[in-house]
Amino acid sequence: MFLNDSKKFLAIVAIMFALTNSSCFSGRQGRGDTVKIQGAGSSFVNPLMQKWVSEYGNINPNIRIDYQSIGSGGGVKQTRDRTIQFGATDVAIKDEDMKSADGEIVHIPVILGAVVLTYNLAGVEKPLRFSPDVIADIFLGKINRWDDARIRAENPDANLPSADLTVVHRSDGSGTSAVFTSYLSKVSPEWKEKVGEGTSPSFPVGLGGKGNEGVTGQIKQTPNTIGYVELAYAVKNKLPVGEIKNRAGQYITPNFETVTNAAAESLANTPEDLRVSITDAAGANAYPIASYVYVVIYKDLPDEKSGTALVDFLLWGINDGQSFAQPLYYSPLPQEMVKRATGKINSITHDGKILRAEITNVQ
Amino acid sequence: MSNNRDENNLIGGDVSGAKRTNNILGDRIFRIVLTLCAALILVIVVAMIAVMTQSSWLSIKEFGFGFLTGQTWDPIKGEFGALPFIYGTLVSAILALLIATPISVGVAVFLVEQAPKKLARPMAFLVELLAAIPSVVYGLWAIFVLAPLLRVYVQPFLQETLGFLPFFKGTANGIGMMSGGIILAIMITPIITAVVRDVLEAVPVTQREAALALGATRWETTKIVLANANSGIAGAIVLGLGRAIGETMAITMIIGNRPEISASLFDPGYTIASVIANEFTEATGDLYLSALIEMGLILFLVTFIVNGLAKLLILSVARRTA
Repeated sequence: MFLNDSKKFLAIVAIMFALTNSSCFSGRQGRGDTVKIQGAGSSFVNPLMQKWVSEYGNINPNIRIDYQSIGSGGGVKQTRDRTIQFGATDVAIKDEDMKSADGEIVHIPVILGAVVLTYNLAGVEKPLRFSPDVIADIFLGKINRWDDARIRAENPDANLPSADLTVVHRSDGSGTSAVFTSYLSKVSPEWKEKVGEGTSPSFPVGLGGKGNEGVTGQIKQTPNTIGYVELAYAVKNKLPVGEIKNRAGQYITPNFETVTNAAAESLANTPEDLRVSITDAAGANAYPIASYVYVVIYKDLPDEKSGTALVDFLLWGINDGQSFAQPLYYSPLPQEMVKRATGKINSITHDGKILRAEITNVQ
Repeated sequence: MSNNRDENNLIGGDVSGAKRTNNILGDRIFRIVLTLCAALILVIVVAMIAVMTQSSWLSIKEFGFGFLTGQTWDPIKGEFGALPFIYGTLVSAILALLIATPISVGVAVFLVEQAPKKLARPMAFLVELLAAIPSVVYGLWAIFVLAPLLRVYVQPFLQETLGFLPFFKGTANGIGMMSGGIILAIMITPIITAVVRDVLEAVPVTQREAALALGATRWETTKIVLANANSGIAGAIVLGLGRAIGETMAITMIIGNRPEISASLFDPGYTIASVIANEFTEATGDLYLSALIEMGLILFLVTFIVNGLAKLLILSVARRTA
């Protein structure tokens, strides 16, 4: 309360102080004017964005990019309202929202993420295997024991406890939930009809944890739980990760290769505007619960200087920037998608004039 | 106004004329400034209600009173009902009060009536220190310490001994209404304790001396002191209640965030403040946003009503003891 607020206030003052300091600093360093770009959105992509911003800032000291992790929904809204120059979102913007925007919005895939099934089971060493209908029935509450015959059938060697199964899901609106429910809606008609897909689904059973860290914390602390989190959180917290049966009938472990594969396998049905869901992808080695993270910007940018810088930053991100993905547990874009995304970035204009011509440092 | 001038004349009665007008002017400015300050509070409250009502108009129009009684919260299908959240907010806060009140009053009585001065001071400091801990820290502590403790020891015990009651049914996993109530209780204890301590200290020493002189025991003396501090203690409880209702971060981390009305304290619940904190950032669609803002309006009203009821209670208690 009281002291809390004053602490917050102190923190804000400290941050403001740091910001003004650093802006003075870069102002002195860079030649000429500093170009400022403001972005916001997906918290999922935040660690990578911050890395990109700092690495790119080292190369281009007179371009200052600020990315705020406010959530995909907020990022899209502020981009549409033109209060920020770019947004980042885990879910492609819906058709009706595209139409209601006051200009054409471009989707640029920048990286890939995976949502994984994780659980807390004592005495189970090998990763458990799950088929789509079992996952759907677990989250629908129809399978509520760990020793259920259908879980046992897929994991005959596992020492499954005779215990209640507790589902843990996200309670806050999140792209992670959107990706997970998009998958479940594709593999289970019942899920599609009863729950549907979205950032804040109404789960029929389970406990809600706030954020990836909340879900991870509850799973780690509570025996016999199962839930979904982003790959990075499961790996960093040393939680087991389930193998999921894909459309080709293979049990797939989520990793950089299988996630990038899911995107590569979906290239054939990726539309021209690059808005595509890659959950439940075809292909023998494709992990089925994955998604692109998009940067969304207006096709025609109002300011030439910051527009040019933004175009350069995005080109850098989908090329050189991809090498920062793996250490942070994201998966790089498939080569073909880099090509298509480059084409999209090259089509960005200011006053109808292509901005790409100004760029020299990216092939 | 004329009344006021009379007062000023009375106060400034023996001062020379020039100085007196000065004083009157000064008093007037002072009065105006104070009135403005008081009015500002009113303006802020009215402005908040107005803005929230306006922003939630879409949802109010769409659902009407059904919003208050609806039990479904499904943003995907666009169905919104607030009842499980109102229930969760009230039950968790009342649970917190039931636990925190006896403890807080006990601690305060100990500090004022029993503890030697050398012990009382550092202990009072420790209690107040508890109030300074950020609520996210309480939340983390709840996940990593309280929940396992409840799951492994307390809840199985309750289920064995009192399992026939509807309050202790269901899967005991340490996360839910019970944990939420307990963490809130821990968070409001320092506030209630601090206020009750001040109230007890304000009871004149002569009363205690008189009681002791009449042959009352320590226990009987304390009862007399408590009876005299009655309305102050009730005020402290209302203060704690206010915080319990509005608390967001810690309870969001431990209550389980499930919009469901269940008699069992082991089951997860959801509070109004939690759903706003959880869903506001990713809320897309005008109706969804509007429904969340209406939740804020309801929280406002719930706090208003609960505080009003508590004030009435205090008044009646005070009248009875007076």
